Amino acid sequence: MPSYDRETIEQLIDGKLPFRQLHKILSSFKDPDRFDQYVSVLQNRVSYRDRILLPYGLHLNIVLNESGARVVKCDCGHEFCEYTTNWKLNALVYVRDTEEKLQEVYPRFMASDPKWMVLREFYCPTCLTQLEVEAVPPGYPFVFDFQPDIDAFYEKWLKRPVPAV
Amino acid sequence: MALDWERSQKAEEGIGWESTSVLEMLQESERLFSETGHYCGLRELPFKTSEPIRYERIFSRLRGGLVNARETALNISASPIVKEIGELCFALYTPEGDSVALSTGIIVHVHTMSDAIKFMIRNRWEDNPKIRPGDVFGNNDAFIGDVHNADVHTIVPIFYEGELIGWAGGVTHEIDVGAVTPGSMAYGQTGRYEDGMITTCEKIGDNDTLHASYELRAKKAVRAPMYWLLDERTRLTGCLMIRDAVLRVVQEEGIETYKTFIREVIEDGRQSFRTRVQEMLVPGVYEAPSFMDVPFKGEARIPPHAAKDTLMHAPLSLTVGGEGEFTLSLEGANKWGYHSFNCPPSAMQGALWVQLTQTLIPNDKVNDGAYFATQCVLPRGSWANPDNELLSTTLSWLFLIPSFTGMIRSLGRAYQARGYVEEISAGYPGTWNLTMGGGVNHFGVDSAFTSFEHSCQGTGAGFVKDGEGYCAAMWNPEGDMGDIEAWEVLEPLLYLGRSVKPQTPGMGKFRGGAGFESVRMLWKTQSQVIFNVGEGYVFHGAGVFGGYPGNAGYRHNMHNTNMEEIITTKSPYPSYEGDPEDSKMSALVQAEYEEFDHRSLTLAEPYQENDLYLAVQRGGPGLGDPLERDPRAVEDDLNEGFLLPRFAENVYGAVFSQESNGKYKVNAEATVKQRVEIRKKRLERAVPAAEYLAQERDRVLHGDLHQPVKEMYESSCTLSSAWAEKYRTFWNLPSDFEF
Repeated sequence: MPSYDRETIEQLIDGKLPFRQLHKILSSFKDPDRFDQYVSVLQNRVSYRDRILLPYGLHLNIVLNESGARVVKCDCGHEFCEYTTNWKLNALVYVRDTEEKLQEVYPRFMASDPKWMVLREFYCPTCLTQLEVEAVPPGYPFVFDFQPDIDAFYEKWLKRPVPAV
Repeated sequence: MALDWERSQKAEEGIGWESTSVLEMLQESERLFSETGHYCGLRELPFKTSEPIRYERIFSRLRGGLVNARETALNISASPIVKEIGELCFALYTPEGDSVALSTGIIVHVHTMSDAIKFMIRNRWEDNPKIRPGDVFGNNDAFIGDVHNADVHTIVPIFYEGELIGWAGGVTHEIDVGAVTPGSMAYGQTGRYEDGMITTCEKIGDNDTLHASYELRAKKAVRAPMYWLLDERTRLTGCLMIRDAVLRVVQEEGIETYKTFIREVIEDGRQSFRTRVQEMLVPGVYEAPSFMDVPFKGEARIPPHAAKDTLMHAPLSLTVGGEGEFTLSLEGANKWGYHSFNCPPSAMQGALWVQLTQTLIPNDKVNDGAYFATQCVLPRGSWANPDNELLSTTLSWLFLIPSFTGMIRSLGRAYQARGYVEEISAGYPGTWNLTMGGGVNHFGVDSAFTSFEHSCQGTGAGFVKDGEGYCAAMWNPEGDMGDIEAWEVLEPLLYLGRSVKPQTPGMGKFRGGAGFESVRMLWKTQSQVIFNVGEGYVFHGAGVFGGYPGNAGYRHNMHNTNMEEIITTKSPYPSYEGDPEDSKMSALVQAEYEEFDHRSLTLAEPYQENDLYLAVQRGGPGLGDPLERDPRAVEDDLNEGFLLPRFAENVYGAVFSQESNGKYKVNAEATVKQRVEIRKKRLERAVPAAEYLAQERDRVLHGDLHQPVKEMYESSCTLSSAWAEKYRTFWNLPSDFEF
């Protein structure tokens, strides 16, 4: 099984790996130590000290905070909520629900008709990064994109206990 | 080499192993799987363990036989869909109908043929019409085992010394199926009686020869019979080549070894899938709904009960269990309809299969082991599992394609959590516009066409790079747009141009791959009917991690034009549309009337010579906040025609200028500052989620929703009490709430 050095992983994450090398990684067997390498790189890059339990998107991680809770946290340090609750409920939201708002992002006719479907943009309340965009009909519940089973992941798959305070 | 299939079958005994019936074999196989969770009860793989090299050699020989059959057969077909796009595949099955190995190609059908074989077994084809050496069976019934009737199966049993030792099957996509209107996936029908030629696991040949009566029926039933008949020979040839390859392996390795191998290789596939899930994913529940518009309201050509606007709901959820279980559910999907987009379970399984083989298990050692390792929850009565077998299914892909794009996003979330970021894709776009129709063509013959240039859409953005442009179809890993010249032979529509379509890539830190557009002119024909196919009022899917979806479709067709005058006077003509707000078609061509609107899914509309037809293909969804896109990449997008300046400014926050040579130059420093301003604007315009939800709840409570949206919710809640409960709980609605 392959294993890659930290520099390679960092270049990969940053989209800076030459395509030939990227292709080789794609075609090879997976490096089993990737999870730990990836978490270690992310941990070094975030502005907070809470331990990352699971990467949860481009700027989100599920972390173990000082009080022992597993919470969704933005790279900027903004804490949303426990990971069992949809973080979007605690985000800022902007809804493109008119032709005019949609045409800021798409030419006429190349977006949805807002009567049928709107775009919901979810921003981090602190750094205002656009973290997700939902494309749903009006009246659709917020999509809970991912509810991980962290205990099963660590205990059954990684064969080690979930980190605790 | 002398082959043994001719040896006579034991007439009074079953054709299964040791004189059992093949039905008994299937029942025993299912019993063992049900009781042990292992294929044929195999907890261990003794042959693979003790003779691994021999095991691999047998697999490689069988796989090689399948690929060889495909590559040879491909050149027998005359159809551009097969020759240019490669829309065919072959597979080898156990006697019970479980796939052992498959060729390259459109492998969606590996499991649909399995369903067809099992249908024959369960319905005792062994007794009547008999399963004998040299028999040829044909099937294209989606409710038996298929996606839609354009995909025609040819299935041949493989015997050795009187025993059924397997089946070879092949599929190609036909150009016309003889439905009410022309094309391979024509729609506007409300039931299967209008779907054209449907063969229901019929014995269409014996002694390796197609029945003349079947060929005559096909010839009279479809509009492009030459292609149908040559494709039938294509498939039969491939199946016979596979049979020869299998019998060579049997003669060289021994029948007992072969029997052991085909059992172990499927259990091996099942175990490998479970291992792969644990290697790549994270256990948990993933949600990724998608939708598709069917704007048929007021359509006078279909019955009133079908002439309405509907919105398909695909509330896809993926549950990955702690033991590597993989369950895909569409609980909450809304009801089937009186249209041609219904998806029987076989179609759904086929779509799941083709997605898995391009994501989790992208290798050659794939077989029905993956099917045994996964579960699909398809609510009875929904569009994904209709409880009415009289429905039309000619274009089931219209719902299948959007419904699985969320699975790719969900897998992407899992890959990101594991750190395998190189595998992430934001999803895929719809594979359309589908250009399809017919009439008296440029050779003066009443015919039909189905262009497959839509096999080439932009791919979803990756986590580490942009998506690829105009290169892929979700249902065919070897997507190709085909040569213009090939389509012009088949279709009485000249290409005025094929171009990159701006603003098709979903924007984001990494953008989706671009789509393209083709401007076609009707040529040497007095009249044709042509469909527009695709989503228009909705986005096909979503982006991920802050990226936007790729483009929604639209139609722009021009009728009774002055193209003849333009050609005679050698005036400029449009080779592309470009920005629909600054259409090159409208600027250069005069027409008595234009269709220029959101509606991308139309019935077959009439056209005449010199009319213009625009086919807009789709771009892939984006990934990440667009404000994080490298300014140099924005500059490249502007200069390569993927991005229009006003969106570079509004969405990417790019500050740029245009130089004297027309090239754009982005000012990186000024862009950083502009992006700070855009973030401030986000703060001004956004509201806390709770505030938005309070307003939206009021809207839901009062049913203040567009009719098809409201009806979608009503239907989902009626079919699924679980989804109704989820909906009421989220919006905090009364327990007796109804729209």
